[in-house]
Amino acid sequence: MKMVMTGNYASAYGAKVCRAEVISAYPITPQTSIVEKIATLVSSGEMKAQFVKVESEHSAMAALISASMAGARTYTATSSHGLLLMHELLIWSAGARTPIVMSNVCRANGPPWSVWVDHHDSIAQRDTGWMQVFCEGNQEVLDSIIMGYKLSEREDIRLPTMINEDAFILSHTVEPVDVPDMELVDSFLPPYNPRFRLDVDEPYGFGSLVMPDMYMEFRYKLNEAMEAARQGWRDVEKDFEKHFGRNHGGLVEFYQCEGADAVLIMAGSIASTAKDVVDKLRSQGKKVGLARIRVFRPFPVEEIRKLAGMTNILAMCDHSYTFGHWGPMAQEVRGALYGTKDMPMLKNYIVGLGGKDMTPEVIEKLFLKTLELKSGLDSEIEWIGVKGHGEW
Amino acid sequence: MIEVRFHGRGGQGAVIASNILAEAAFIEGKEVSAFPFFGVERRGAPVTAYTRIADTKIRIKSGIYEPDFVVVLDPSLLDAVNIVEGLKSGGLVLLNTKVSPEKLRINLKLSPDHKLATVKATDIAIKHKLGSKAAPIVNSALLGAFAKATGVVGLESLIEAVKNNVPIKVEENALAAKEAYDSVVIH
Repeated sequence: MKMVMTGNYASAYGAKVCRAEVISAYPITPQTSIVEKIATLVSSGEMKAQFVKVESEHSAMAALISASMAGARTYTATSSHGLLLMHELLIWSAGARTPIVMSNVCRANGPPWSVWVDHHDSIAQRDTGWMQVFCEGNQEVLDSIIMGYKLSEREDIRLPTMINEDAFILSHTVEPVDVPDMELVDSFLPPYNPRFRLDVDEPYGFGSLVMPDMYMEFRYKLNEAMEAARQGWRDVEKDFEKHFGRNHGGLVEFYQCEGADAVLIMAGSIASTAKDVVDKLRSQGKKVGLARIRVFRPFPVEEIRKLAGMTNILAMCDHSYTFGHWGPMAQEVRGALYGTKDMPMLKNYIVGLGGKDMTPEVIEKLFLKTLELKSGLDSEIEWIGVKGHGEW
Repeated sequence: MIEVRFHGRGGQGAVIASNILAEAAFIEGKEVSAFPFFGVERRGAPVTAYTRIADTKIRIKSGIYEPDFVVVLDPSLLDAVNIVEGLKSGGLVLLNTKVSPEKLRINLKLSPDHKLATVKATDIAIKHKLGSKAAPIVNSALLGAFAKATGVVGLESLIEAVKNNVPIKVEENALAAKEAYDSVVIH
Protein backbone atom coordinates (compact mmCIF):
# COMPACT_ATOMS: atom_id res chain seq x y z
CA MET A 1 0.00 0.00 0.00
CA LYS A 2 1.36 3.40 -1.00
CA MET A 3 1.42 5.94 1.82
CA VAL A 4 3.10 9.24 2.55
CA MET A 5 5.69 8.73 5.29
CA THR A 6 9.07 9.77 6.65
CA GLY A 7 12.26 7.78 6.14
CA ASN A 8 12.07 6.83 9.81
CA TYR A 9 8.59 5.36 9.43
CA ALA A 10 9.79 3.60 6.26
CA SER A 11 12.49 2.02 8.44
CA ALA A 12 9.99 0.95 11.10
CA TYR A 13 7.69 -0.56 8.46
CA GLY A 14 10.70 -2.26 6.89
CA ALA A 15 11.36 -4.06 10.17
CA LYS A 16 7.67 -4.90 10.47
CA VAL A 17 7.16 -6.39 7.00
CA CYS A 18 10.33 -8.47 7.48
CA ARG A 19 8.82 -9.87 10.70
CA ALA A 20 11.80 -8.85 12.85
CA GLU A 21 11.32 -10.81 16.08
CA VAL A 22 13.57 -9.03 18.55
CA ILE A 23 14.03 -5.25 18.59
CA SER A 24 16.37 -3.47 20.95
CA ALA A 25 17.23 0.18 20.61
CA TYR A 26 18.05 3.32 22.53
CA PRO A 27 16.58 6.64 21.34
CA ILE A 28 18.77 9.37 19.83
CA THR A 29 17.95 12.36 17.60
CA PRO A 30 17.08 11.98 14.70
CA GLN A 31 16.48 8.23 14.96
CA THR A 32 13.91 8.44 17.80
CA SER A 33 10.76 8.20 15.70
CA ILE A 34 11.87 4.80 14.34
CA VAL A 35 11.94 3.39 17.86
CA GLU A 36 8.72 5.16 18.85
CA LYS A 37 6.90 3.79 15.82
CA ILE A 38 8.13 0.24 16.40
CA ALA A 39 7.24 0.45 20.10
CA THR A 40 3.72 1.54 19.08
CA LEU A 41 3.41 -1.28 16.52
CA VAL A 42 4.58 -3.85 19.07
CA SER A 43 2.35 -2.62 21.91
CA SER A 44 -0.72 -2.53 19.65
CA GLY A 45 -0.04 -6.10 18.54
CA GLU A 46 0.39 -5.09 14.88
CA MET A 47 3.97 -6.29 15.07
CA LYS A 48 4.73 -9.56 16.78
CA ALA A 49 8.13 -8.88 18.26
CA GLN A 50 9.87 -8.61 21.58
CA PHE A 51 11.00 -5.07 22.34
CA VAL A 52 13.97 -5.16 24.72
CA LYS A 53 14.44 -1.86 26.54
CA VAL A 54 18.07 -1.07 27.31
CA GLU A 55 20.15 1.70 28.89
CA SER A 56 22.51 2.31 25.95
CA GLU A 57 23.28 1.53 22.32
CA HIS A 58 26.09 -0.74 23.50
CA SER A 59 23.55 -2.85 25.38
CA ALA A 60 21.10 -2.74 22.47
CA MET A 61 23.65 -4.34 20.17
CA ALA A 62 24.65 -6.85 22.88
CA ALA A 63 20.99 -7.88 23.24
CA LEU A 64 20.66 -8.36 19.49
CA ILE A 65 23.83 -10.41 19.19
CA SER A 66 22.45 -12.85 21.76
CA ALA A 67 18.99 -12.92 20.18
CA SER A 68 20.46 -13.42 16.72
CA MET A 69 22.65 -16.25 17.97
CA ALA A 70 19.53 -17.87 19.39
CA GLY A 71 18.02 -17.78 15.89
CA ALA A 72 15.83 -14.67 15.99
CA ARG A 73 15.57 -12.07 13.25
CA THR A 74 16.75 -8.85 14.87
CA TYR A 75 16.57 -5.12 14.17
CA THR A 76 17.84 -1.92 15.74
CA ALA A 77 18.33 1.71 14.77
CA THR A 78 20.70 4.40 15.90
CA SER A 79 22.60 7.50 14.83
CA SER A 80 25.88 9.34 15.28
CA HIS A 81 27.16 9.05 18.87
CA GLY A 82 24.88 6.08 19.44
CA LEU A 83 26.59 4.29 16.58
CA LEU A 84 30.01 5.29 17.88
CA LEU A 85 29.15 3.83 21.29
CA MET A 86 28.26 0.56 19.54
CA HIS A 87 31.60 0.30 17.80
CA GLU A 88 33.01 -2.51 19.94
CA LEU A 89 29.91 -4.63 19.49
CA LEU A 90 29.67 -3.92 15.77
CA ILE A 91 32.97 -5.72 15.41
CA TRP A 92 31.73 -8.47 17.71
CA SER A 93 28.46 -8.95 15.82
CA ALA A 94 30.27 -9.26 12.48
CA GLY A 95 32.82 -11.66 13.97
CA ALA A 96 30.02 -13.72 15.50
CA ARG A 97 28.42 -13.78 12.02
CA THR A 98 25.06 -12.52 13.30
CA PRO A 99 22.84 -11.26 10.42
CA ILE A 100 21.53 -8.20 12.29
CA VAL A 101 20.01 -5.41 10.20
CA MET A 102 20.32 -1.89 11.59
CA SER A 103 19.19 1.50 10.36
CA ASN A 104 21.68 4.28 10.95
CA VAL A 105 20.36 7.81 10.57
CA CYS A 106 23.52 9.52 9.33
CA ARG A 107 24.27 12.47 11.57
CA ALA A 108 27.43 14.52 12.14
CA ASN A 109 29.57 13.72 15.18
CA GLY A 110 30.31 16.30 17.89
CA PRO A 111 31.82 18.50 19.04
CA PRO A 112 30.74 20.99 17.91
CA TRP A 113 27.33 19.50 18.59
CA SER A 114 25.19 18.89 15.51
CA VAL A 115 22.09 16.88 14.74
CA TRP A 116 22.30 17.35 10.95
CA VAL A 117 23.47 15.08 8.19
CA ASP A 118 26.86 13.85 7.19
CA HIS A 119 28.34 10.37 6.79
CA HIS A 120 31.17 10.50 9.30
CA ASP A 121 29.36 8.24 11.78
CA SER A 122 28.84 5.33 9.39
CA ILE A 123 32.11 5.75 7.49
CA ALA A 124 33.93 5.48 10.83
CA GLN A 125 32.49 1.92 11.06
CA ARG A 126 33.99 0.92 7.72
CA ASP A 127 36.31 -1.73 9.14
CA THR A 128 33.85 -3.44 11.50
CA GLY A 129 32.79 -6.14 9.04
CA TRP A 130 29.31 -4.69 8.52
CA MET A 131 27.86 -4.35 5.04
CA GLN A 132 26.75 -0.78 4.38
CA VAL A 133 24.10 0.66 2.08
CA PHE A 134 23.47 4.39 1.50
CA CYS A 135 19.95 5.41 0.45
CA GLU A 136 18.75 8.38 -1.59
CA GLY A 137 15.01 8.13 -0.83
CA ASN A 138 12.49 6.66 1.60
CA GLN A 139 11.38 3.83 -0.69
CA GLU A 140 14.97 2.71 -0.92
CA VAL A 141 15.25 2.85 2.89
CA LEU A 142 12.41 0.36 3.26
CA ASP A 143 13.43 -1.85 0.34
CA SER A 144 17.07 -2.03 1.48
CA ILE A 145 16.00 -3.46 4.84
CA ILE A 146 14.22 -6.29 3.04
CA MET A 147 17.22 -6.89 0.77
CA GLY A 148 19.53 -6.58 3.77
CA TYR A 149 17.93 -9.49 5.62
CA LYS A 150 17.84 -11.56 2.46
CA LEU A 151 21.59 -11.27 1.92
CA SER A 152 22.70 -11.09 5.56
CA GLU A 153 20.97 -14.36 6.40
CA ARG A 154 22.39 -16.28 3.45
CA GLU A 155 24.46 -19.14 4.85
CA ASP A 156 27.62 -18.23 2.92
CA ILE A 157 27.33 -14.54 3.94
CA ARG A 158 26.06 -14.29 7.54
CA LEU A 159 27.13 -10.68 7.99
CA PRO A 160 25.22 -7.78 9.53
CA THR A 161 23.94 -4.91 7.36
CA MET A 162 23.74 -1.20 8.11
CA ILE A 163 21.14 0.77 6.12
CA ASN A 164 22.13 4.44 6.09
CA GLU A 165 19.48 7.14 5.75
CA ASP A 166 20.40 10.83 5.88
CA ALA A 167 19.40 12.76 9.00
CA PHE A 168 16.24 14.85 8.51
CA ILE A 169 16.61 14.95 4.73
CA LEU A 170 15.25 11.41 4.70
CA SER A 171 14.50 10.65 8.36
CA HIS A 172 11.98 13.50 8.81
CA THR A 173 10.88 14.13 5.22
CA VAL A 174 7.63 12.55 4.05
CA GLU A 175 7.48 11.02 0.57
CA PRO A 176 5.20 8.47 -1.07
CA VAL A 177 6.36 4.98 -0.02
CA ASP A 178 4.95 1.66 -1.14
CA VAL A 179 4.78 -0.65 1.87
CA PRO A 180 4.64 -4.15 0.41
CA ASP A 181 2.21 -6.77 1.72
CA MET A 182 3.79 -9.05 4.28
CA GLU A 183 2.79 -12.09 2.23
CA LEU A 184 4.78 -10.75 -0.72
CA VAL A 185 7.76 -10.16 1.58
CA ASP A 186 7.33 -13.69 2.96
CA SER A 187 7.62 -15.10 -0.55
CA PHE A 188 10.94 -13.29 -0.96
CA LEU A 189 12.34 -13.66 2.54
CA PRO A 190 11.89 -17.02 4.28
CA PRO A 191 12.16 -17.22 8.10
CA TYR A 192 15.68 -17.13 9.51
CA ASN A 193 16.77 -20.63 10.35
CA PRO A 194 20.48 -20.90 11.22
CA ARG A 195 22.21 -24.26 11.32
CA PHE A 196 23.95 -23.43 14.60
CA ARG A 197 22.26 -21.52 17.41
CA LEU A 198 22.34 -20.94 21.13
CA ASP A 199 20.28 -23.81 22.46
CA VAL A 200 20.38 -25.20 26.00
CA ASP A 201 19.43 -28.64 24.74
CA GLU A 202 22.20 -28.71 22.20
CA PRO A 203 25.06 -26.58 23.53
CA TYR A 204 27.82 -25.11 21.35
CA GLY A 205 30.58 -22.66 22.18
CA PHE A 206 30.44 -19.27 20.38
CA GLY A 207 33.11 -16.60 20.18
CA SER A 208 35.48 -18.29 22.59
CA LEU A 209 39.27 -18.09 22.66
CA VAL A 210 41.20 -19.40 19.68
CA MET A 211 44.94 -19.84 19.63
CA PRO A 212 47.10 -17.99 17.07
CA ASP A 213 46.98 -21.00 14.79
CA MET A 214 43.26 -20.49 14.13
CA TYR A 215 42.39 -16.78 14.57
CA MET A 216 43.49 -15.70 11.12
CA GLU A 217 41.38 -18.47 9.59
CA PHE A 218 38.21 -16.97 11.13
CA ARG A 219 39.09 -13.56 9.74
CA TYR A 220 39.81 -15.08 6.33
CA LYS A 221 36.36 -16.69 6.32
CA LEU A 222 34.70 -13.42 7.26
CA ASN A 223 36.47 -11.59 4.47
CA GLU A 224 35.57 -14.36 2.05
CA ALA A 225 31.91 -13.77 2.94
CA MET A 226 32.30 -10.02 2.40
CA GLU A 227 33.89 -10.61 -1.00
CA ALA A 228 31.05 -12.96 -1.95
CA ALA A 229 28.52 -10.35 -0.86
CA ARG A 230 29.49 -8.17 -3.84
CA GLN A 231 27.86 -10.58 -6.26
CA GLY A 232 25.34 -11.29 -3.51
CA TRP A 233 23.94 -7.73 -3.62
CA ARG A 234 23.65 -7.88 -7.40
CA ASP A 235 21.74 -11.17 -7.19
CA VAL A 236 19.51 -10.10 -4.32
CA GLU A 237 18.50 -6.91 -6.09
CA LYS A 238 17.63 -8.83 -9.27
CA ASP A 239 15.55 -11.23 -7.22
CA PHE A 240 13.99 -8.28 -5.39
CA GLU A 241 13.00 -6.69 -8.69
CA LYS A 242 11.32 -9.91 -9.80
CA HIS A 243 9.20 -9.92 -6.66
CA PHE A 244 8.53 -6.22 -6.15
CA GLY A 245 8.88 -4.69 -9.62
CA ARG A 246 11.51 -2.08 -8.76
CA ASN A 247 15.23 -1.77 -8.20
CA HIS A 248 17.54 0.92 -6.89
CA GLY A 249 20.40 0.72 -9.34
CA GLY A 250 22.73 -2.00 -8.08
CA LEU A 251 25.92 -1.41 -6.10
CA VAL A 252 26.59 1.81 -8.00
CA GLU A 253 23.78 3.57 -9.83
CA PHE A 254 25.00 5.11 -13.07
CA TYR A 255 23.03 8.17 -14.19
CA GLN A 256 23.98 9.60 -17.60
CA CYS A 257 27.60 8.41 -17.17
CA GLU A 258 28.13 6.95 -20.66
CA GLY A 259 30.35 9.22 -22.75
CA ALA A 260 30.45 11.90 -20.06
CA ASP A 261 33.16 14.54 -19.85
CA ALA A 262 32.77 14.64 -16.07
CA VAL A 263 31.06 12.42 -13.52
CA LEU A 264 30.46 13.28 -9.87
CA ILE A 265 30.41 10.37 -7.44
CA MET A 266 28.08 10.76 -4.47
CA ALA A 267 26.32 8.69 -1.81
CA GLY A 268 23.01 9.30 -0.04
CA SER A 269 20.32 11.91 -0.61
CA ILE A 270 22.48 14.56 -2.32
CA ALA A 271 22.72 12.21 -5.30
CA SER A 272 18.97 12.52 -5.75
CA THR A 273 19.17 16.32 -6.04
CA ALA A 274 22.17 15.95 -8.37
CA LYS A 275 20.08 14.00 -10.91
CA ASP A 276 17.95 17.12 -11.51
CA VAL A 277 21.17 19.08 -12.08
CA VAL A 278 22.49 16.46 -14.52
CA ASP A 279 19.26 16.72 -16.53
CA LYS A 280 19.52 20.51 -16.62
CA LEU A 281 23.16 20.54 -17.74
CA ARG A 282 22.60 17.77 -20.28
CA SER A 283 19.76 19.82 -21.80
CA GLN A 284 22.34 22.60 -22.27
CA GLY A 285 24.64 20.19 -24.08
CA LYS A 286 27.07 19.70 -21.19
CA LYS A 287 28.10 16.07 -20.94
CA VAL A 288 27.91 15.35 -17.21
CA GLY A 289 26.85 12.29 -15.25
CA LEU A 290 26.36 11.02 -11.74
CA ALA A 291 27.47 7.78 -10.11
CA ARG A 292 25.76 6.98 -6.82
CA ILE A 293 27.57 4.60 -4.52
CA ARG A 294 24.73 2.62 -2.98
CA VAL A 295 26.65 -0.29 -1.47
CA PHE A 296 29.79 0.95 0.26
CA ARG A 297 30.77 -2.31 1.96
CA PRO A 298 31.61 -4.53 0.21
CA PHE A 299 33.18 -1.83 -1.96
CA PRO A 300 31.97 -2.00 -5.58
CA VAL A 301 35.38 -2.32 -7.22
CA GLU A 302 34.16 -3.65 -10.59
CA GLU A 303 31.51 -0.94 -10.96
CA ILE A 304 34.02 1.82 -10.21
CA ARG A 305 36.47 0.36 -12.77
CA LYS A 306 33.68 0.22 -15.33
CA LEU A 307 32.98 3.88 -14.61
CA ALA A 308 36.58 4.76 -15.43
CA GLY A 309 35.99 3.78 -19.06
CA MET A 310 32.91 5.97 -19.34
CA THR A 311 34.22 9.43 -18.48
CA ASN A 312 37.26 11.71 -18.65
CA ILE A 313 37.00 13.17 -15.16
CA LEU A 314 35.78 11.56 -11.94
CA ALA A 315 35.12 13.79 -8.95
CA MET A 316 34.35 12.15 -5.61
CA CYS A 317 32.06 14.23 -3.40
CA ASP A 318 32.71 12.90 0.10
CA HIS A 319 30.00 13.63 2.65
CA SER A 320 32.60 12.95 5.35
CA TYR A 321 36.38 13.22 5.76
CA THR A 322 39.47 11.61 7.18
CA PHE A 323 41.66 14.22 8.84
CA GLY A 324 45.09 14.15 7.30
CA HIS A 325 44.26 12.31 4.08
CA TRP A 326 41.74 12.39 1.22
CA GLY A 327 38.05 11.87 1.76
CA PRO A 328 37.33 8.22 2.59
CA MET A 329 35.32 7.39 -0.52
CA ALA A 330 37.88 9.15 -2.71
CA GLN A 331 40.59 6.93 -1.23
CA GLU A 332 38.59 3.85 -2.10
CA VAL A 333 37.80 5.04 -5.61
CA ARG A 334 41.47 5.85 -6.26
CA GLY A 335 42.53 2.50 -4.88
CA ALA A 336 40.05 0.63 -7.05
CA LEU A 337 41.18 2.50 -10.17
CA TYR A 338 44.92 1.99 -9.73
CA GLY A 339 46.38 0.21 -12.72
CA THR A 340 43.28 0.42 -14.91
CA LYS A 341 43.51 1.48 -18.53
CA ASP A 342 41.91 4.84 -19.43
CA MET A 343 42.49 6.24 -15.97
CA PRO A 344 40.32 9.37 -15.73
CA MET A 345 41.43 12.55 -14.05
CA LEU A 346 40.48 12.43 -10.36
CA LYS A 347 39.25 15.11 -8.02
CA ASN A 348 37.99 15.12 -4.42
CA TYR A 349 35.48 17.50 -2.86
CA ILE A 350 34.41 17.48 0.77
CA VAL A 351 30.76 18.57 0.86
CA GLY A 352 27.77 19.11 3.11
CA LEU A 353 29.30 18.38 6.51
CA GLY A 354 26.99 18.89 9.48
CA GLY A 355 24.00 19.54 7.23
CA LYS A 356 25.42 22.33 5.05
CA ASP A 357 22.71 22.35 2.41
CA MET A 358 23.64 20.86 -0.97
CA THR A 359 21.37 22.90 -3.21
CA PRO A 360 21.04 22.39 -6.98
CA GLU A 361 22.96 25.67 -7.39
CA VAL A 362 25.96 24.37 -5.40
CA ILE A 363 25.92 21.04 -7.24
CA GLU A 364 25.72 22.82 -10.60
CA LYS A 365 28.79 24.89 -9.68
CA LEU A 366 30.58 21.67 -8.72
CA PHE A 367 29.84 20.17 -12.14
CA LEU A 368 30.97 23.31 -13.98
CA LYS A 369 34.13 23.57 -11.90
CA THR A 370 34.90 19.90 -12.56
CA LEU A 371 34.40 20.29 -16.32
CA GLU A 372 37.10 22.97 -16.28
CA LEU A 373 39.78 20.67 -14.86
CA LYS A 374 42.51 20.34 -17.43
CA SER A 375 45.01 17.58 -16.81
CA GLY A 376 46.63 15.05 -14.58
CA LEU A 377 45.85 13.93 -11.07
CA ASP A 378 44.42 16.84 -9.15
CA SER A 379 45.37 15.78 -5.67
CA GLU A 380 44.18 18.94 -3.97
CA ILE A 381 41.12 18.37 -1.79
CA GLU A 382 38.61 21.16 -1.84
CA TRP A 383 36.23 21.76 1.03
CA ILE A 384 33.13 23.19 -0.62
CA GLY A 385 31.27 26.11 0.93
CA VAL A 386 33.58 26.76 3.88
CA LYS A 387 33.37 30.42 4.95
CA GLY A 388 36.43 32.38 3.90
CA HIS A 389 37.45 29.73 1.36
CA GLY A 390 35.89 30.75 -1.93
CA GLU A 391 32.47 31.95 -3.06
CA TRP A 392 29.72 29.34 -2.98
CA MET B 1 6.59 22.31 -8.90
CA ILE B 2 4.85 24.22 -6.12
CA GLU B 3 6.75 25.06 -2.95
CA VAL B 4 5.08 26.11 0.30
CA ARG B 5 6.61 27.39 3.54
CA PHE B 6 4.79 27.28 6.88
CA HIS B 7 5.73 29.48 9.82
CA GLY B 8 4.50 28.54 13.27
CA ARG B 9 5.61 28.13 16.83
CA GLY B 10 6.55 24.79 18.34
CA GLY B 11 3.35 22.97 19.36
CA GLN B 12 0.99 24.73 16.92
CA GLY B 13 1.12 22.03 14.30
CA ALA B 14 3.13 23.63 11.48
CA VAL B 15 5.04 20.40 10.78
CA ILE B 16 1.85 18.32 10.77
CA ALA B 17 0.26 20.95 8.49
CA SER B 18 3.07 20.52 5.95
CA ASN B 19 2.55 16.75 6.05
CA ILE B 20 -1.26 17.01 5.74
CA LEU B 21 -0.94 19.30 2.71
CA ALA B 22 1.45 16.78 1.11
CA GLU B 23 -0.95 13.93 1.79
CA ALA B 24 -3.91 15.87 0.38
CA ALA B 25 -2.02 16.44 -2.88
CA PHE B 26 -0.90 12.79 -2.86
CA ILE B 27 -4.56 11.73 -2.60
CA GLU B 28 -5.13 13.77 -5.78
CA GLY B 29 -2.40 11.80 -7.55
CA LYS B 30 0.47 14.26 -7.16
CA GLU B 31 4.08 13.59 -6.20
CA VAL B 32 4.91 15.20 -2.86
CA SER B 33 7.47 15.75 -0.15
CA ALA B 34 7.30 17.66 3.14
CA PHE B 35 9.83 18.36 5.84
CA PRO B 36 10.40 20.57 8.88
CA PHE B 37 13.31 22.97 9.15
CA PHE B 38 15.71 20.58 10.70
CA GLY B 39 16.05 22.31 14.04
CA VAL B 40 16.02 21.32 17.67
CA GLU B 41 12.33 22.00 18.24
CA ARG B 42 10.94 23.43 21.46
CA ARG B 43 7.42 24.42 22.37
CA GLY B 44 6.87 28.11 21.57
CA ALA B 45 10.00 28.66 19.47
CA PRO B 46 9.62 29.71 15.81
CA VAL B 47 9.32 26.68 13.53
CA THR B 48 9.29 26.43 9.75
CA ALA B 49 8.07 23.51 7.67
CA TYR B 50 7.89 22.98 3.93
CA THR B 51 5.83 21.13 1.31
CA ARG B 52 6.66 20.39 -2.33
CA ILE B 53 3.97 19.30 -4.82
CA ALA B 54 4.67 18.28 -8.42
CA ASP B 55 3.33 16.22 -11.31
CA THR B 56 6.55 14.20 -11.65
CA LYS B 57 8.78 12.46 -9.12
CA ILE B 58 10.43 14.94 -6.75
CA ARG B 59 14.16 14.30 -6.57
CA ILE B 60 15.35 17.55 -5.05
CA LYS B 61 16.20 17.08 -1.36
CA SER B 62 17.61 20.49 -0.45
CA GLY B 63 15.80 23.29 1.39
CA ILE B 64 13.19 25.68 -0.03
CA TYR B 65 14.44 29.27 -0.29
CA GLU B 66 12.00 30.81 -2.80
CA PRO B 67 8.50 29.53 -1.96
CA ASP B 68 5.39 30.14 -4.05
CA PHE B 69 3.24 30.36 -0.93
CA VAL B 70 3.86 31.30 2.70
CA VAL B 71 1.45 30.30 5.47
CA VAL B 72 1.74 31.94 8.90
CA LEU B 73 0.08 30.15 11.80
CA ASP B 74 0.94 32.62 14.55
CA PRO B 75 0.32 36.37 14.19
CA SER B 76 3.07 37.18 16.72
CA LEU B 77 5.67 35.78 14.30
CA LEU B 78 5.32 38.82 12.06
CA ASP B 79 7.55 40.76 14.47
CA ALA B 80 10.02 37.91 15.01
CA VAL B 81 10.68 36.45 11.56
CA ASN B 82 10.90 37.87 8.03
CA ILE B 83 8.06 35.73 6.76
CA VAL B 84 8.17 37.04 3.17
CA GLU B 85 11.86 36.26 2.70
CA GLY B 86 12.45 34.79 -0.76
CA LEU B 87 8.72 34.78 -1.64
CA LYS B 88 8.44 34.46 -5.41
CA SER B 89 7.10 37.32 -7.47
CA GLY B 90 3.34 36.69 -7.80
CA GLY B 91 3.43 34.57 -4.64
CA LEU B 92 0.79 34.58 -1.93
CA VAL B 93 0.98 35.04 1.84
CA LEU B 94 -1.76 33.53 3.96
CA LEU B 95 -1.96 34.90 7.49
CA ASN B 96 -3.86 33.98 10.61
CA THR B 97 -4.69 37.53 11.69
CA LYS B 98 -7.40 40.11 12.40
CA VAL B 99 -5.24 43.06 11.31
CA SER B 100 -6.40 45.04 8.25
CA PRO B 101 -4.80 44.14 4.92
CA GLU B 102 -3.63 47.74 4.35
CA LYS B 103 -1.68 47.69 7.60
CA LEU B 104 -0.29 44.23 6.86
CA ARG B 105 0.97 45.21 3.42
CA ILE B 106 2.95 48.07 4.98
CA ASN B 107 4.19 46.08 7.97
CA LEU B 108 5.31 43.14 5.86
CA LYS B 109 6.77 45.36 3.10
CA LEU B 110 4.84 43.27 0.57
CA SER B 111 5.55 44.22 -3.02
CA PRO B 112 2.49 45.05 -5.18
CA ASP B 113 2.66 41.73 -7.03
CA HIS B 114 2.51 39.67 -3.82
CA LYS B 115 -0.98 38.45 -3.02
CA LEU B 116 -2.35 38.51 0.51
CA ALA B 117 -5.01 36.35 2.13
CA THR B 118 -6.20 36.43 5.74
CA VAL B 119 -8.26 34.16 7.92
CA LYS B 120 -9.29 34.36 11.58
CA ALA B 121 -7.93 30.89 12.32
CA THR B 122 -7.44 31.50 16.05
CA ASP B 123 -11.15 32.30 16.51
CA ILE B 124 -12.13 29.27 14.42
CA ALA B 125 -9.83 26.94 16.40
CA ILE B 126 -11.14 28.21 19.75
CA LYS B 127 -14.75 27.87 18.55
CA HIS B 128 -14.12 24.21 17.71
CA LYS B 129 -12.18 23.65 20.96
CA LEU B 130 -8.92 22.76 19.22
CA GLY B 131 -6.13 23.13 21.75
CA SER B 132 -6.71 25.59 24.60
CA LYS B 133 -7.80 29.26 24.49
CA ALA B 134 -4.25 30.26 25.39
CA ALA B 135 -2.67 27.90 22.86
CA PRO B 136 -5.18 27.06 20.12
CA ILE B 137 -4.17 24.57 17.42
CA VAL B 138 -4.83 26.41 14.18
CA ASN B 139 -3.28 24.17 11.53
CA SER B 140 -6.44 22.55 10.18
CA ALA B 141 -8.14 25.96 9.81
CA LEU B 142 -5.18 27.41 7.93
CA LEU B 143 -5.09 24.43 5.60
CA GLY B 144 -8.76 24.92 4.77
CA ALA B 145 -8.05 28.58 4.02
CA PHE B 146 -5.01 27.58 1.96
CA ALA B 147 -7.08 25.22 -0.21
CA LYS B 148 -9.52 28.04 -1.07
CA ALA B 149 -6.96 30.83 -1.46
CA THR B 150 -4.59 28.89 -3.72
CA GLY B 151 -6.62 26.13 -5.37
CA VAL B 152 -3.57 23.86 -5.00
CA VAL B 153 -5.67 21.11 -3.37
CA GLY B 154 -9.41 20.51 -3.19
CA LEU B 155 -11.32 20.76 0.09
CA GLU B 156 -12.44 17.14 -0.06
CA SER B 157 -8.95 15.62 -0.28
CA LEU B 158 -7.70 18.13 2.27
CA ILE B 159 -10.34 17.05 4.79
CA GLU B 160 -9.53 13.40 4.09
CA ALA B 161 -5.86 14.11 4.82
CA VAL B 162 -6.77 16.07 7.97
CA LYS B 163 -8.84 13.14 9.21
CA ASN B 164 -5.99 10.70 8.52
CA ASN B 165 -3.45 12.76 10.45
CA VAL B 166 -4.97 14.46 13.49
CA PRO B 167 -4.77 12.24 16.56
CA ILE B 168 -7.93 13.56 18.32
CA LYS B 169 -11.01 15.72 17.62
CA VAL B 170 -11.14 14.51 14.04
CA GLU B 171 -14.57 15.99 13.20
CA GLU B 172 -13.78 19.29 14.93
CA ASN B 173 -10.62 19.66 12.83
CA ALA B 174 -12.54 18.89 9.65
CA LEU B 175 -15.19 21.49 10.57
CA ALA B 176 -12.49 24.08 11.30
CA ALA B 177 -10.95 23.45 7.87
CA LYS B 178 -14.33 23.84 6.20
CA GLU B 179 -15.16 27.03 8.12
CA ALA B 180 -11.81 28.60 7.22
CA TYR B 181 -12.26 27.52 3.59
CA ASP B 182 -15.55 29.43 3.54
CA SER B 183 -14.33 32.50 5.40
CA VAL B 184 -10.81 33.22 4.10
CA VAL B 185 -10.51 36.65 2.49
CA ILE B 186 -8.26 37.23 -0.50
CA HIS B 187 -7.27 40.90 -0.69
